[in-house]
Amino acid sequence: METILLFAPLVGALIAGFGWRMIGETGAQAVATAMLFLSCLLSWVVFLGFDGETYTQSLFTWVESGTLFTDWAIRIDRLTAIMLIVITSVSALVHLYSFGYMAHDDNFKDGESYRPRFFAYLSFFTFAMLMLVTADNLLQLFFGWEGVGVASYLLIGFYFRKPSAGAAAMKAFIVNRVGDFGFLLGIFALFWLTDSIQFDVILPMGPELAGMTLSFLGMEMNAAETIAFLLFIGAMGKSAQLFLHTWLPDAMEGPTPVSALIHAATMVTAGVFLVCRMSPVIEYAPTAGNFIIIVGALTAFVAATIGLVQNDIKRVIAYSTMSQLGYMFVAAGVGVYSVAMFHLFTHAFFKAMLFLGAGSVIHAMHHEQDMRNYGGLRKKIPMTFAAMMIGTLAITGVGIPTTYFGFAGFFSKDAVVESAFAFGGDLGQFAFWALIVAAVFTSFYSWRLMFLTFFGKARGNKHTHEHAHESPWTMLAPLGLLAVGSVFAGVVWYNSFFGHTNDVARFFGVPYAVEDHSDEAQVDEPAEGDAAAVADGDQGYSHYVFTGAPGEGAIHAAPDNNILNEAHEVPYWVKWSPFLAMALGFAVAFWFYIVNPSLPKRLAANQRPLYLFLLNKWYFDEMFDFLFVRPARWLGRMLWKGGDGAIIDGGINGLALGIIPFFTRLAGRAQTGYIFTYAFAMVLGIVVLVTWVTLRAGG
Amino acid sequence: MDNLLSIVTFLPIVAALILGVFLRGEDAAAQLNAKRLALAATTATFLISLAILVEFDPGDTGFQLVEESPWLFGLTYKVGVDGISVLFVLLTTFLMPITIASCWGVTHRVKEYMIAMLVLETLMLGVFVALDLVLFYLFFEAGLIPMFLIIGIWGGKDRIYASFKFFLYTFLGSVLMLVAMIAMYVEAGTSDIELLLAHQFDAGPISLLGWQIAGGMQTLLWLAFFASFAVKMPMWPVHTWLPDAHVQAPTAGSVVLAAILLKMGGYGFLRFSLPMFPVASDIMAPLVLWLSVIAIIYASLVAMVQDDMKKLVAYSSVAHMGFVTMGIFAANQQGVDGAIFQMISHGFISGALFLCVGVIYDRMHTRDIDAYGGLVVRMPAYAAIFMLFTMANVGLPGTSGFVGEFLTLIGVFQVNTWVGVLACTGVILSAGYALWLYRRVVFGDLIKESLKSITDMTGREKAIFAPLIIMTLLLGVYPSLVTDMIGPSVEALVSSYDIAVAAHAADTMVAANN
Repeated sequence: METILLFAPLVGALIAGFGWRMIGETGAQAVATAMLFLSCLLSWVVFLGFDGETYTQSLFTWVESGTLFTDWAIRIDRLTAIMLIVITSVSALVHLYSFGYMAHDDNFKDGESYRPRFFAYLSFFTFAMLMLVTADNLLQLFFGWEGVGVASYLLIGFYFRKPSAGAAAMKAFIVNRVGDFGFLLGIFALFWLTDSIQFDVILPMGPELAGMTLSFLGMEMNAAETIAFLLFIGAMGKSAQLFLHTWLPDAMEGPTPVSALIHAATMVTAGVFLVCRMSPVIEYAPTAGNFIIIVGALTAFVAATIGLVQNDIKRVIAYSTMSQLGYMFVAAGVGVYSVAMFHLFTHAFFKAMLFLGAGSVIHAMHHEQDMRNYGGLRKKIPMTFAAMMIGTLAITGVGIPTTYFGFAGFFSKDAVVESAFAFGGDLGQFAFWALIVAAVFTSFYSWRLMFLTFFGKARGNKHTHEHAHESPWTMLAPLGLLAVGSVFAGVVWYNSFFGHTNDVARFFGVPYAVEDHSDEAQVDEPAEGDAAAVADGDQGYSHYVFTGAPGEGAIHAAPDNNILNEAHEVPYWVKWSPFLAMALGFAVAFWFYIVNPSLPKRLAANQRPLYLFLLNKWYFDEMFDFLFVRPARWLGRMLWKGGDGAIIDGGINGLALGIIPFFTRLAGRAQTGYIFTYAFAMVLGIVVLVTWVTLRAGG
Repeated sequence: MDNLLSIVTFLPIVAALILGVFLRGEDAAAQLNAKRLALAATTATFLISLAILVEFDPGDTGFQLVEESPWLFGLTYKVGVDGISVLFVLLTTFLMPITIASCWGVTHRVKEYMIAMLVLETLMLGVFVALDLVLFYLFFEAGLIPMFLIIGIWGGKDRIYASFKFFLYTFLGSVLMLVAMIAMYVEAGTSDIELLLAHQFDAGPISLLGWQIAGGMQTLLWLAFFASFAVKMPMWPVHTWLPDAHVQAPTAGSVVLAAILLKMGGYGFLRFSLPMFPVASDIMAPLVLWLSVIAIIYASLVAMVQDDMKKLVAYSSVAHMGFVTMGIFAANQQGVDGAIFQMISHGFISGALFLCVGVIYDRMHTRDIDAYGGLVVRMPAYAAIFMLFTMANVGLPGTSGFVGEFLTLIGVFQVNTWVGVLACTGVILSAGYALWLYRRVVFGDLIKESLKSITDMTGREKAIFAPLIIMTLLLGVYPSLVTDMIGPSVEALVSSYDIAVAAHAADTMVAANN
């Protein structure tokens, strides 16, 4: 079953990509979509039937050299199971949605068949993403990691006629490669120290690695810290964290369904998945963990500030994605991996829906993406409006603190914020406040998007507004299903991800025990099927602790990691703070865009430097261009003309400039047809020479 | 078949003889016949060479299918293969029919062209199977001549300059190797490679003109061989002949040059330098590692600013060969496995990339990148194939390009983290130049007037690429096909290397204590 689940999208991709001439364009689209729904169905079966026990199914050998050994394999644990349903559900809906969205496209001329190619890429992406999450070793994970990178590259550059799309595609791939550079080094270091890159071997070695040193670049470094740090560099690239984030906004050049699937719900969360997967190592690398918190918090904040002023509807959502990824990393960095996964899980639903909703708006407005040309659309496209409203309520985290009423984002975002606070210390405080401020901004720009798009008067091209139309059912149905997820994903799985320790432990297959008041952990009580333990669960969460050894279960918490418990006991004002942040952001947006619509313009004029700074995305692109791109090209040119030309050809090997022309003059005659004679003479000469020398030496 | 290797080696040259003697005329029919005969001969060679695969036992680390007989002037003719060389033989026989098929459009002196190609195949095969120093040297050097002619006669505008540069660089490097071979013969009393491999060359320090040379005799011999193989690879800084040669060579010439001829240097390191002079290799390894890293970074940066497609691919070859030398002198299982794998894989990928350039060169007669743009509009099949090989060149997992790069990197990381880290930047840089090339040639809208009528690949062109595509993906997904063949031999090589180095270190310790 797992094999079918995994390979169905690949089969779909191959049929759509190569067989569409035989079965027709619609046939190809239908096959790819059907394969994805099959995969999705099986994923839910796996997820719901999963009992917490990790199992692995090997397919065949991949790279094998000496002690290095890797298989193509399918490894299912809770992390994988969560990712499976996220990937296949969103992907299946995006496939369906693309039927409508890609039906007509002005970027292609009549008679050009772009649809099968699009579906083939989408399905291939899904396959690569599934390979990533089902890997039982780091190398297969890296295969998926690069596979999704290529699919992303192809889809960002899908509108190949647009120069900006080509540039964005290339940028995405290369910036990701910078991250991969770190990822690969992390793999090398792990292999060097543990002689394996199999999860079953390396995960239990977390504490051991913490006690090892690694001589790296002439320094003696702590092994666990170095490895965690290097792997996180990879995660930063894929998940668009600060400094390696510049590709994500540009990636919006791709068709909108791509943005929803790849650049919101699945691929960009691969970094979070990697960090959670490697939790048994990262738990023993506190410095690297702190680094993750700092990067995550800064990303959440910086991305949110940029999102405040963007005018392209997709870019606003892109920055919001980047910001939310920062939240996930903060949760992972403080050591509450279940919460990182929780936010990943809910975010996938509401962010995919926001993107698909935005796509529906763009579709209605004839590919107009500038929100300044929207306005008053709620009557024209009511279904889309409803969907976007639910998405916005979810992302801003609407809900009533300390109760079970709220949208998906409410549960997971509050969980992140509370975990950050519970982490304590200066770093915890920093992260907490950065996330709160980011929450205010998130709420502001999300509502700004809503107000600019759906409220107020119609702006921009009149003709476009008059012809604005609701999308077909293939586009609305996915929105409806995602809306269900955006509303209920939080409350249904709240206890599994952020409930009492015993609930979370059971969900993730981690052993746990009742903690004595004298602080002595009791003997392990296996998670599954122990009625007593389940019954005890209701008495109070603080009595339970994780006791799993590293590598047992899907995530790991070090013995001194009690953040999950502490996160439930934060002060009331902390629990209410995200709610207040959300309300504040809403109020300001309401004031700016409904009550007093001329205010934003005046503010932008008053605070011009700040406005431009944000509008230009903190000038990261310009900075990187200046620091890396130009010097690399300059260096290349210098090495070529100076190094190869002047020094090597001209100097060291004076030969090239001196002797060769001499010979070529001689060879002038060779042109006339005698060249074979020369050649023969040469062979003869060599044979004679060799023979003579050999005989002389021998005798 | 007792003389399987000889049949495979000499079949092409027999075909060349037949062509030379019996084929007359310059008309179209005669040209077609020449091409057909050459294709048939190379295909037959490939099919027969498959028997080598069947007969070969990977578990046996010694030489197999050995043939030995007396030869001219008291020399010995001896050939055989082991795990290190067997795949190079197959790589050569596999690629030659493809190469021949790719020059179907040639009309200038076709008979001679085919003869040159067939002779070249025999000489290249000879290098990989020779088990006698003299024989090896003959094949190694004689191979220059047909290549020299291919560039010099069928090449581009500056072909004379390029062909002489190619010839002189590689030839001058080899002169030193010849001297070293004579010295080896004098010291060991045999020119039999199998016996030489068992011979321990003196590694005691000697002083020469007041200089103390660590590793003594071994180091001197090593350096002499290095001069030859480093040029052949080519390693930085003796690489500049390669871009010139590639740019001027005809498509088929570039394919053979990149896919097979460059591998002789790497093979030489594995056959001579590492096993025969282990102590010297150990002493010189840091030098080679650093030269390799420089090659990777330097060549990648230079590739990034090229305007000529072939030059770009040529510089990318230099960078990829940097991974090979790095893996060999990491001298551990992963490094050497990776180096061999990288050479095999580079044979398919670089060959295919040069063919990709050839496809559009045949149509537009320019290699200038700026002359293209938006080819995907009219050439979707070409765009797809070029994409695949671009990604393989970048080292995407799932293609064969990844495995070699990964193994050499993981091998060298265990030896020297600085080298490992710096070489790993090649992962970023290769994406830079390869995708930049692809974007400028294939993406964008097709607006250049001259390209408006360009046609997509023909059935014949697709058929040429098909085997390369299959191998690139097959080895990417199931690399054990290669590593199972070479693994035991590499293991033996590495362990005897380690023993020799350790023994020498122990000797030195004893000497120092006394």
